[in-house]
Amino acid sequence: MDLFEYQGKQYFARFGIPISKGGVADTVDEAVVQAGQAGYPVVVKAQVKVGGRGKAGGVKLANDADEVRTHAGNILGLDIKGHVVKRLWIEHASDIEREYYASFTLDRSAKKHLGMLSAEGGVEIEEVAVTNPDAIALIHVDPVDGLSLEAAREWVDRANLDEPARAQAAELLVKLYTCYTEGDCDLAEINPLILTPEGKVHALDAKVTLDDNAAYRHPEWEEFAGADVQDEREARAKERGLNYIGLDGSVGIIANGAGLAMSTLDVVNQCGGSAANFLDIGGGANADVMAAALEVINSDPAVRSIFVNIFGGITLVDEVAKGILEALERVEIHSPIVLRLDGTNAVAGREILADHLSDRLVAEPTMLDAARRVVALAGGQS
Amino acid sequence: MSIFVDENTKVVVQGISPTSQGLYHGLRNRAYGTQVVAGTNPKRGGEEIEGIPIFATVAEAVKATGANASFISVPPKFAADAIIEAAAAGVPFVVCITEGIPAIDEALTYNRLIRDFPSTRLLGPNCPGIISPGKCNIGITSGDIAMAGGPVGIVSRSGTLTYQALHELSQHGVGQTSCVGIGGDPVPGTSFIDCLRAFEADPDTRAIMMIGEIGGSAEEEAAEFIASSVTKPVVSYVAGVTAPPGRKMGHAGAIISGSKGTAQAKMDALSAAGVTVAQNLSEAGEAMVDVVKELA
Repeated sequence: MDLFEYQGKQYFARFGIPISKGGVADTVDEAVVQAGQAGYPVVVKAQVKVGGRGKAGGVKLANDADEVRTHAGNILGLDIKGHVVKRLWIEHASDIEREYYASFTLDRSAKKHLGMLSAEGGVEIEEVAVTNPDAIALIHVDPVDGLSLEAAREWVDRANLDEPARAQAAELLVKLYTCYTEGDCDLAEINPLILTPEGKVHALDAKVTLDDNAAYRHPEWEEFAGADVQDEREARAKERGLNYIGLDGSVGIIANGAGLAMSTLDVVNQCGGSAANFLDIGGGANADVMAAALEVINSDPAVRSIFVNIFGGITLVDEVAKGILEALERVEIHSPIVLRLDGTNAVAGREILADHLSDRLVAEPTMLDAARRVVALAGGQS
Repeated sequence: MSIFVDENTKVVVQGISPTSQGLYHGLRNRAYGTQVVAGTNPKRGGEEIEGIPIFATVAEAVKATGANASFISVPPKFAADAIIEAAAAGVPFVVCITEGIPAIDEALTYNRLIRDFPSTRLLGPNCPGIISPGKCNIGITSGDIAMAGGPVGIVSRSGTLTYQALHELSQHGVGQTSCVGIGGDPVPGTSFIDCLRAFEADPDTRAIMMIGEIGGSAEEEAAEFIASSVTKPVVSYVAGVTAPPGRKMGHAGAIISGSKGTAQAKMDALSAAGVTVAQNLSEAGEAMVDVVKELA
């Protein structure tokens, strides 16, 4: 789960990472109140989960309440790369002496945590990574050892941060590592991490991605959920506990397992069609899950045919077959369904459906045959 | 022959109770012919469930039964401890199918194993397990889709695609030595390279099928290894050519950003390493049939 900047900053603050004084606002009036509390001058910042908001006019400096009104009014409702601004973060404006970059993420190749630190932070960090990779100091942290203050100090020296920033930066990086590990982040990134003329180091931005698998031990994450919904189909699917991603095509896809679902998208594409979605009903899916999946697909008006591609492992194909019948009884499915059922209890599953097959419910023996059929039914090439 | 598990493998199922996933899968594995010699449950030491003797700890189970493999399907919050318990008890091969373990725990567990228990191999987590057809099946793979006798070894990151691969080969009458699902998580205990190395060393495995998916760089690393160290023919398929960038598609591993980790980049790397790259698994199955014919 990606956090908004304000959520990321509040998350940082829990781990003692210094941030600017500020607060959230959903209206112009709230923005003025928050600005008063943060202390002028303030920065009015659009809260969207997409980069490049500064260039899009989503970040503005305000010296008084009138300016806050003007900027908040302009930014609320602004469309930034398809993300409409519904919330602002108003914080006290910091004077900036230097901008750095700091982050932790998992290096899957090294199988260790990877810290990146650069004295050349700011908006152009991705360019720095390409044109001057030596300007980014890397550190691999063994999860068993963690990041010691000594190692952080050595790292800061290696990154060549300005002398007045070094001691504070080392301490902050240890806290960022703690936030990343104990806070179960996939990514904890500060860009820019700033040094002020007064010699203070603090986080001016926050990019945090939480590991959804760790939600069970973070009841406090509930407040982050549901704050932004971009695709209504995805929201409906999420309500039903389905792993669904909306796409632009006309063939609805239901498969068990992420790999098989991705492969199904590929095969539909190779047969000249295009998928309306990715939907993985997961391992061990039962009749209820299958019925819910069909209903979600059915609610997408772009869908013209549906491909149910199941290879039973933990998932029992007879359960899947029951779910298909249940869904057909519960709702009117608008599009023809093409089935490909294999694996655990496939014979029983096919028997359950045998008497119900028609031109609206078609069974094919292989994945490729089924893909050709479903694409033809969607009106694509055959 | 086969890799990692065979007819001499004795399995202890960790976390067994009358209602557990462990019992369900353990019994299916036993029905396939796997030697399931023990179960563990701290509250049920000394009991017996469906003829499987239960011990309080893995160490006791190993001592009493000579178990040399463990099977873990406990919920995510208990999985890391279960893996370490098996390793500490000296179990050389641990299969963990648990899905949804936090990445931080996975990275920690991996590094603890490397450092403190280097003689233990972990397969998974978030994988379907391993089957050496006709000999041993640990995990959730349906045994009846596999075919004994070789000559193909399969290694895959995706569960259901592992089944599909077995199915495609068996339909063509091509048997398998072993089929290993390494799982789609960010820090798998066993990598493509570990499996490729084992298949290369196994005299009965004469060709290898490798199934990858988008995200990470495991396929690219495998391609380098194949180019330098694998003499046997390799057929490959990579899922996710049409996946939109920047979206997480189910597996923690299956996420791509920019061009790094795309299916195309992986397919190109594998092709460059001399691997036959198929566009889908039907095609991969047919390509393998041709490879096997050449071997004969």
